Amino acid sequence: MNIFLVLTFSGVALGAIYFLAASGLSLIYGLMDVLNFAHGLFMTLGAYAGYEIATRLPSSLGAPTLVILAIIGATVVGALAAGVTELILIRPLYGKPISQILITIGLDLAGVGLLMGGFGSTALQIPVPLWLIEPTHIGGLYLPNASFLAIGAGVLVLIGLEMFLALTRYGIIIRAGVENREMVRALGIDVGRAFTLVFVIGGAMAGLAGILYTIVFSGDLVSPNQGDSLLIFAFIVVVIGGLGSIRGSAVAALAVGLLQQYTSFYIGGHSGWAQIGDLSTVLLLAVVLEWRPRGLFGRVA
Amino acid sequence: MTDSSGPRSFALHVRDLGFRVGGADILSEIDLEIEEGSFLGIIGPNGAGKTTFLNLMSGLIAPTSGTVEFFGRDLARVSSSGRARLGIGRTFQTSSLFNSLSVLENARLSAQARLGGNMKLWRRPRASDEATTAAESALEEVGLTSVAHQTTAALSHGDKRKLELAILLAARAKVLLLDEPMAGVNTEDVPRLTELIGRLHSEGRTVLMVEHHMAVVVGLAQKVAVLDFGRLLACGTPQEVMANESVQAAYLGEPL
Repeated sequence: MNIFLVLTFSGVALGAIYFLAASGLSLIYGLMDVLNFAHGLFMTLGAYAGYEIATRLPSSLGAPTLVILAIIGATVVGALAAGVTELILIRPLYGKPISQILITIGLDLAGVGLLMGGFGSTALQIPVPLWLIEPTHIGGLYLPNASFLAIGAGVLVLIGLEMFLALTRYGIIIRAGVENREMVRALGIDVGRAFTLVFVIGGAMAGLAGILYTIVFSGDLVSPNQGDSLLIFAFIVVVIGGLGSIRGSAVAALAVGLLQQYTSFYIGGHSGWAQIGDLSTVLLLAVVLEWRPRGLFGRVA
Repeated sequence: MTDSSGPRSFALHVRDLGFRVGGADILSEIDLEIEEGSFLGIIGPNGAGKTTFLNLMSGLIAPTSGTVEFFGRDLARVSSSGRARLGIGRTFQTSSLFNSLSVLENARLSAQARLGGNMKLWRRPRASDEATTAAESALEEVGLTSVAHQTTAALSHGDKRKLELAILLAARAKVLLLDEPMAGVNTEDVPRLTELIGRLHSEGRTVLMVEHHMAVVVGLAQKVAVLDFGRLLACGTPQEVMANESVQAAYLGEPL
């Protein structure tokens, strides 16, 4: 029972990171029909930005301050990278979806290559404060502190995004645009600004997901391909949740994170078949698509 | 030529307008002078080019020949969103509402487009702000205040049509392009909707309405334009048009 609860806790933490990675992807696709393969690069860039901040700044600032600055820096770098990408590469190609997909794939490959050239392909260690590595003892369970960080970030972003979409002017434009972009344009609204904004928000969450994945699940290691392997699960979450739906992404991310943790322990742990966790998420995707081709919260076209 | 202070400045001035796709003329040689505050009904058999004509007015498609002027201003280079901001609003045959938004939000989106400039990112649209006020008074004018906070998807068909009109009001549209506003509306809702459109016109707005429902057209329109195979067959008062022989020939078998 204890193991089950610990697995559930870390499944929720993994789900929180999948949500951060997927919600931006989902909003970008929902509003702009852009399948953004460079999202993995934004995550990796966020992690490397965090690494640079945590290692370059004087250690006299103290480990807790450094890790907070690293998380903020990762978010900002992800946002900036996404904003520049939208303005320079995506914007001239609206109406050419194949070109947009190809250019984001190209950017991802080139970016990862450049990171390998600059930082080497071996994983780098981010220094984190001890309390992030230690577990908290609650009711007979030892729960890793880093997971609390991931869950907290996921919940805050979910609430923040929902409030932004529900209450602000741009939120209304984005929700309307996800439903029918051409109609928003016909009303006389410049949808282009909303596009840039959605890309920036998505990039910020990608950067945050990148650094949190490093801290919570990869033993504080940063590597050039980490974003792309995370991106696969993000896409699975987006499709299960329904393209364009934030709530759908949240539910699907939880389901995928939990399933992955359970199967890799209960099946993979006993059989030694470690990949069963990853495989189970693909099976879940297949089952959901069979049952609801538009995903759990997908809009009806 | 484009002097807006000139005495002959029309709300819409259409000259030699044509739209060709491939080798086919969808519309050709359309000339219309639509005075400010007038009400033009557009009728014609299916496929005559009525919706294409509205699309050319609202800028959804670009003409292959001819010009359209809005109060003396050439619209050739004005996009559909630019025309919406100038005050040309349109509704569509198939509902163009945002179903996932509330009724009020649909109207507010349109007011936001008009107020464009001051869209602060994090500023919450409060009950008192200009866009919300405009949206609320537009809903009140069409009689949808009581359902303002409902999801649009839950509205009846007639109420959806009213909301489309409210959206044009919130945008302060000077020219209303209505594409079959009675399509799919219950018979008992038709008189109320007709009365509403008539009221919007009597308040000074210019209306172009494509409609199959002849009683509605005759009841509202001051002038009727008849399109047939992409050409302007006739244009005049409803009585003149209905007495026109070529119009009767085009409508052979259809009661006028």
